[in-house]
Amino acid sequence: MDRQYQKYVGDFIIWSVLLTMPLWLHLVGGYTPLGTRVLIMALAAMALNFLLGYTGVLSFGHAAYFGLGAYGAGLTIKYLIPNTLAGMGVGLIVGIVAAAIIGLLIIRLRGIYFAMVTIAFGQVFYFIAYRWNNITGGDDGLSGWSRQPIDLGFFKIDILHDEKAFYYFVLFFFAISVAIMAAILRSPFGRTLLAIRENERRARFLGIPIDRHVWMSWLISCTFVSLAGTLYALLNNFADPHDLRWDQSGDFVMMAVLGGMRSFWGPLIGAAMFVVLQDYVSSMTSNWMSFIGLFFVLVVLFCPRGVLGIIRRRQVQ
Amino acid sequence: MSLLRVENITKRFGSLVAVGGASLTVEPGQLYAVIGPNGAGKTTFFNLISGFLTPTSGRIIFNEEDVTNLLPAKRVWRGMARTFQITEVFPELSVFENLQIAVETASGFRLRMRLSPSEKQKVCARTEELLEISGLSPKARRLVGELSHGDQRAIEIMMALALNPRLLLLDEPTAGMGDQETHDITQLIRRLHRDQKLAMVLIEHDMRVVLHLAERIMVLAEGCMLAEGTPKEVTSNEAVQSAYLGTAAA
Ligand SMILES: Nc1ncnc2c1ncn2[C@@H]1O[C@H](COP(=O)(O)OP(=O)(O)O)[C@@H](O)[C@H]1O
Ligand SMILES: [Mg+2]
Repeated sequence: MDRQYQKYVGDFIIWSVLLTMPLWLHLVGGYTPLGTRVLIMALAAMALNFLLGYTGVLSFGHAAYFGLGAYGAGLTIKYLIPNTLAGMGVGLIVGIVAAAIIGLLIIRLRGIYFAMVTIAFGQVFYFIAYRWNNITGGDDGLSGWSRQPIDLGFFKIDILHDEKAFYYFVLFFFAISVAIMAAILRSPFGRTLLAIRENERRARFLGIPIDRHVWMSWLISCTFVSLAGTLYALLNNFADPHDLRWDQSGDFVMMAVLGGMRSFWGPLIGAAMFVVLQDYVSSMTSNWMSFIGLFFVLVVLFCPRGVLGIIRRRQVQ
Repeated sequence: MSLLRVENITKRFGSLVAVGGASLTVEPGQLYAVIGPNGAGKTTFFNLISGFLTPTSGRIIFNEEDVTNLLPAKRVWRGMARTFQITEVFPELSVFENLQIAVETASGFRLRMRLSPSEKQKVCARTEELLEISGLSPKARRLVGELSHGDQRAIEIMMALALNPRLLLLDEPTAGMGDQETHDITQLIRRLHRDQKLAMVLIEHDMRVVLHLAERIMVLAEGCMLAEGTPKEVTSNEAVQSAYLGTAAA
């Protein structure tokens, strides 16, 4: 009962903060696109954590699907249809199809082998984007396009020029994705995934076909990462080959672990810390990554369950 | 019609013969025990029956169906459930959730996104029933990882039972337990056998636990069947007496 109540209060606080962020962000030294960036990174980290924290499978190659979403959206808007939603749709589908196929190839691997192979596949996409100069822009990234205002016929939303409108546009997709993931995790299917995380051997001898379920979890996770990737390209009006690279995958893992991978909102907190720290420190020194690295090491040493893990523990005592 | 027939099964690990030509037949409702000293091949024998390992040679017939090369999950669907020598549970979930997951899987709900109120009610009732049988109801909300070894064993057995098996395989259910816990688990096994008419094969290395419990016993030593029969037949067998009882009964 008490636990349930605390959960409601937590949800209420988080949604209130997210809903009002553009109204006060400038008062604390931020700016709206920074808030948008937090949302997008949080979506990616929460999607990764669906696999990592709730199925017990570590992927070090999620940037591949993030980047496929980004390039899918960018290329579509630049070369095919100058329509934001069409670009997002294509990016999402490209990410899902790639994840479905690659998932089939790697799903029998476990632990570190799985993680290594996800990196390898991620790097393949990185090199394609990097080398295929005349289409993807190569090392310079894909520019020369921008997100387009949303035209609902009766009503037009100018997400291109109105940063706040774009923030709420992203928040809309964030909310839907998070609601879907939360609903899945509360369902019998979600408990099956938890069973696999907790003890694969026991789960198998309950009659659960492990590989099939891990594949589904992987696909769900990659789907929302791809969605985050499309939004990221829209935010920057740009797709960067770095979005596909293994160190971007590492950032997602870091965000999840920083915030706490055993709690649903942990990766959101982790992403917020990561993005804000990156923004703040990189304005003072180009060596911002060593600050984040140090911070990460401290968190892992002193609260292995992440920042939200501390709060949780204090509640139990 | 017998429930399980293992025909002359062998498992080699390289040059080591872990199980060398063991056979047994379990009838519906029978309580069968496999005993033997450490390293005799008992766990390997179980792993072959449950599909964790595939045999080098021999056949396993379950319910008149050859399951020798079937995946573990498929054997579970056909009514074969097992526990492990080293307890395998879901430590960071509550007792209730451990059993709930087993019940939902057994009900074919493992892929479902939602349950109807009546389905939810059914899952809940069955979970409560299993808690009741095992006497774990007061600890339903506790995390399994925080409970005693004996409680965790009982939970594992109840998870296997939640699958509504026709055959329950228990690998050393009393391993590493004190006298009281051993007594409790033995009573639980006795009750399951009596009340649910459940066929069971259980592994033990301590023959005394088994003599009062099992209807038939197989003795394994170094992968070979030393004897097979009723407890009386087995204890009066000379090979068993010299190889096993001589030390165990001392
Ligand atoms: N996966 C394996 N690989 C190699 N040898 C094994 C394996 N599993 C068991 N063994 C060996 O098989 C023999 C029988 O082991 P086991 O079946 O665990 O015996 P028990 O359960 O009767 O104590 C032992 O010598 C053990 O070392
Ligand atoms: Mg053993």
